[in-house]
Amino acid sequence: MPEQLAFTIEVFLNGLMAGVLYALVALGFVLIYKASGIFNYAQGVMALFAALTLVGIIDGQVPFYHLINAIFGTDIHYFGWKVNSLVAIVVTMLVMIALAWMVQRFVFRHLVGQEPIILFMATIGLAYFLEGVGDLMWGSEIKTLDVGLPQGINATIDEATFNLTGYGFFIDNLDIIASIVAAVLVIVLVLFAQYTKQGRAMRAVADDHQAALSVGVSLNFIWILVWSLAGFVALVAGIMWGTKSGVQFSLSLIALKALPVLMLGGFTSIPGAIVGGLIIGVGEKLFEFLIGAPFLGGATENWFAYMLALVFLVFRPQGLFGEKIIERV
Amino acid sequence: MRLKMKLGTMAVAALMTAGAPAMAELVFPSLSYRTGPYAAGGIPFADGYADYFTLLNERDGGIGGEMTRVPECETAYNTEKGVECYESTKGEGALVYQPLSTGITYQLIPKVTADDIPMLTSGLGRTSAKNGATFSHVFNFPANYWDGASVAIKHILEEEGGDISDKKIALVYHNSAYGKEPIRTLQELSKKHGFELVEVPVDHPGQEQKSQWLQIRRDKPDYVIMYGWGVMNQVAVQEAANIRFPMDKFIGIWWSGSENDVLPAGDKADGYKALTFHNVGSDYPLYDDLQKYVYDAGKAAGNGDQTGTVLYNRGVYAAMLVAEAAKTAQEIHGTSAITASQMRDGMENLNITEAKMAELGLPNFGPEFQVSCENHGGNGFVAVTQWDAEAQEWKLVSDFMQSDQDVIQPLIDEDSSAYASENNIENTCS
Amino acid sequence: MFYREAGDFSTTYAQDQQTFPIKFDRYRYYAVLFVALFVIPFVVNDYWVNSLFMPFLIYAIAAIGLNILVGYCGQVSLGTGGFMAVGAYASYKLMTAFPDVSMFIHVLLAGVITAGVGVLFGLPSLRIKGFYLAVATLAAQFFLVWLFNRVPWFYNYSASGQISAPERDTFGILITGANTQAWATYTFCLIFTIFSAIVARNLTRGSVGRKWMAIRDMDIAAEIIGVNPLRAKLTAFAVSSFFIGISGALFFAIYLGAVEVGEVFGITKSFLVLFMIIIGGLGSIFGSFAGAAFLVLLPVLLKIVGVDWLGWPTDIVAHLQLVIVGALIIVFLIAEPHGLAQLWRVAKEKLRLWPFPH
Repeated sequence: MPEQLAFTIEVFLNGLMAGVLYALVALGFVLIYKASGIFNYAQGVMALFAALTLVGIIDGQVPFYHLINAIFGTDIHYFGWKVNSLVAIVVTMLVMIALAWMVQRFVFRHLVGQEPIILFMATIGLAYFLEGVGDLMWGSEIKTLDVGLPQGINATIDEATFNLTGYGFFIDNLDIIASIVAAVLVIVLVLFAQYTKQGRAMRAVADDHQAALSVGVSLNFIWILVWSLAGFVALVAGIMWGTKSGVQFSLSLIALKALPVLMLGGFTSIPGAIVGGLIIGVGEKLFEFLIGAPFLGGATENWFAYMLALVFLVFRPQGLFGEKIIERV
Repeated sequence: MRLKMKLGTMAVAALMTAGAPAMAELVFPSLSYRTGPYAAGGIPFADGYADYFTLLNERDGGIGGEMTRVPECETAYNTEKGVECYESTKGEGALVYQPLSTGITYQLIPKVTADDIPMLTSGLGRTSAKNGATFSHVFNFPANYWDGASVAIKHILEEEGGDISDKKIALVYHNSAYGKEPIRTLQELSKKHGFELVEVPVDHPGQEQKSQWLQIRRDKPDYVIMYGWGVMNQVAVQEAANIRFPMDKFIGIWWSGSENDVLPAGDKADGYKALTFHNVGSDYPLYDDLQKYVYDAGKAAGNGDQTGTVLYNRGVYAAMLVAEAAKTAQEIHGTSAITASQMRDGMENLNITEAKMAELGLPNFGPEFQVSCENHGGNGFVAVTQWDAEAQEWKLVSDFMQSDQDVIQPLIDEDSSAYASENNIENTCS
Repeated sequence: MFYREAGDFSTTYAQDQQTFPIKFDRYRYYAVLFVALFVIPFVVNDYWVNSLFMPFLIYAIAAIGLNILVGYCGQVSLGTGGFMAVGAYASYKLMTAFPDVSMFIHVLLAGVITAGVGVLFGLPSLRIKGFYLAVATLAAQFFLVWLFNRVPWFYNYSASGQISAPERDTFGILITGANTQAWATYTFCLIFTIFSAIVARNLTRGSVGRKWMAIRDMDIAAEIIGVNPLRAKLTAFAVSSFFIGISGALFFAIYLGAVEVGEVFGITKSFLVLFMIIIGGLGSIFGSFAGAAFLVLLPVLLKIVGVDWLGWPTDIVAHLQLVIVGALIIVFLIAEPHGLAQLWRVAKEKLRLWPFPH
């Protein structure tokens, strides 16, 4: 196989994998937008918050220790125990559910029926708030997240492709796991939405709040459910990205990677998020590799993702999988 | 009643302590960042900086009999907050600024010059500030970015036995003013030594570097030099490990060489190298004093858990340099209550010798250098450290080497003269 | 009590149409102008100007610009940072190319150049709407920042890619560089802010503004009654970018003096200005000022209270700042979803009747 072709295929495959990771973040946005029409700016911060909480619980950190030490002059940092990763994930999930309840109880319950831009703005406030609370609770140092996920080149694929084509492909183990997790997540979410009572209620709310209310669906419960699910997706995304880079503030910026994905896939479609993620992932990696780095000086990924989405949008203004916009006067 | 009295005495005590700083004191503002995207790097530096001055106060009663004070101001690495911090602290009699941020440095260069306050940017900021004839108030001893690039090449030369004409070296850099600093130097050096230079920019924040490292995997450079900061470092080390790039051929600048950067990658980061302009570890007499007077007394800054890390040491080192400059200024001007202008003279006449560092409890901690009016940047001595993942510590693996002044000096002259003509600055040394 | 309308009669259409129809309001406005123009310049020092007034005034211009686009024309944009960068780099190139021309002209020209770029990136708005458009303008944001970082011509081939404002004057008074007087830079920015506010106010209540609002409220209906959506949307992009360009030029040349494009004009700036207008109130000039004040002054205030008065560690104060700002945004929203401007309007209505509300 000619080398350039082999490299291109390798980049293509890795683009797919990166796309899955973007899609993971985008999923959280889609869930909330679909069910409540809220564009949740805080999704990235939620991922950070979930990952921080997870690490804090695993390491047995005392929440708010910094604040406590500053106020009471004490010198406490750790409880002195380590928590099993799985237990910690469950506890973190409980925290995210509690967060969902609080968001619903204290914020969005008071804003039912407001315009989308106002709901969007409330999530801005939420993002600020969560970022501050996360830092206060767990401190802003970088933390190492290790829940036992393997990382590094997958030797089997490397060898197999080397024997087959004479060039060993690089696929990251973590990416493979992320893809599997994302696939499972999407299937579970779709099944949940299609076949369970709560899932149907969720879709009913997404279609029409008032109609859903009038047939006895509890809006309150559904929205807590949706925010909990988004919290769960945020936790998964936080684990994947946090394993790569350590848990720190920058984790909240992954939300920016999800925006072109959303734009491309449509705000309301779960499969759209996945397909959009894959297109963006492959598109930006291939462009950087074939055109950006050799001819334009590199670092083109950020804007190319948006340009790509822009071109798609000019032809399909509602995104690839978005609902057709029907406008009447 | 009792409580009331207690409160009353407390209030009086508070008033008295609040009144105390009105006495003459030496103010060293710390424009720190303990939040935001670069908090992981900002926290240890700020802790070290504050702890050293606490030690001076507790052990020696300040510098030359004057107590020191380190008002901290949070910038979150944000230029606008940096402006606010500068403006709010300069009225307190600030003697010297050390912004740990390229953006804030650039925007303070004209301001400190106009306000007659010196600024020290050790290993960061504007490299051509080494030329004191143009940048009268900016100092960047003991080493700068271009020294770093040159010493990295020098180290590679040593490893390869002096000939790298057939080698390929990749520069992975943060796509910002900071990251672009070494490019010119490396281009010049590549002409001189004949190696091929591949530039690989990474956009802020650098969470996702897959295509960059695939490019490196394809191009198979013999060495990779990295100018990164923040999350970019951790991801790069991780990705390099993923593509099985040999870690001992991967050299980071000093801002890519702290514990934060290698710990997330675990054992796979073993052997990763980074440059430094000061020594590593906590095996110095000074640390015994810090333990005794600062940590044990419960006066450590922050959480007190950063002791001995690379960036903490850098904070201590930075504090030590300005404290010595303050002493020098006190000697020159014969007064203990120096002003910012006198502090500038002190910095310009600073002479760091091995004997002086040993006396301070930091033997072999950094290079010797002598600042002069023309040379604000020291002699460019830089060493290489290597990460030992098992012991979880950095080890010095080379001597302090001088950078290739033949290459760097013309570049400095060129850049500083461009700045001088753009801003109508005359030679302030002659 | 505070607002007496009795005896306040309009006898001409011009009087009826004026911005502040109530006499008291008008005098208050004159008083504010008088203080801002003739009192503050004589009492300010570096700290007040550089940490409070200047960012407030410059962000107010940017917020007015964005408000025209988002609040009046309904086109959500997240490209503000990129357009500010255009203004900054345009003024830098102009300043260094024509050192003898007055800064006034440079800043205005920077605005004009930005308007052109804005129109270019406004073209997709003819097809794309709502949040989709917001994300599409992000393409402009990232592309422009990348471009200024990449092409050395923009930063005059300097070693690190930073741009620094050389010393320039207007009418013989130093405006840029480090040796400026606090009052001079303050007044310079203030003039531009007042100019922007007056122009924006008069555009938005004229026929152009009405067309924008028609497009915002329902573009198809507007098209049917004869508003040309192409022209309306593109003029909104042009005018909005003009103001944003001015603010970018001032931000670089007067306020910071040196700029690194990715750090100063990054995506966070776009979000920040958008937050300002949403918090202040969409479709309101006063809201632009209120939002800018809220997000510029509140953090400084909280910092002074926390660090300087209470003596807390800086990092805890910084984190608490985020918590408090976030919580306040939510509280304001629940109390009054349409921003500070609406809160102000309600307060005015109440004051008009106070103390006899019936």
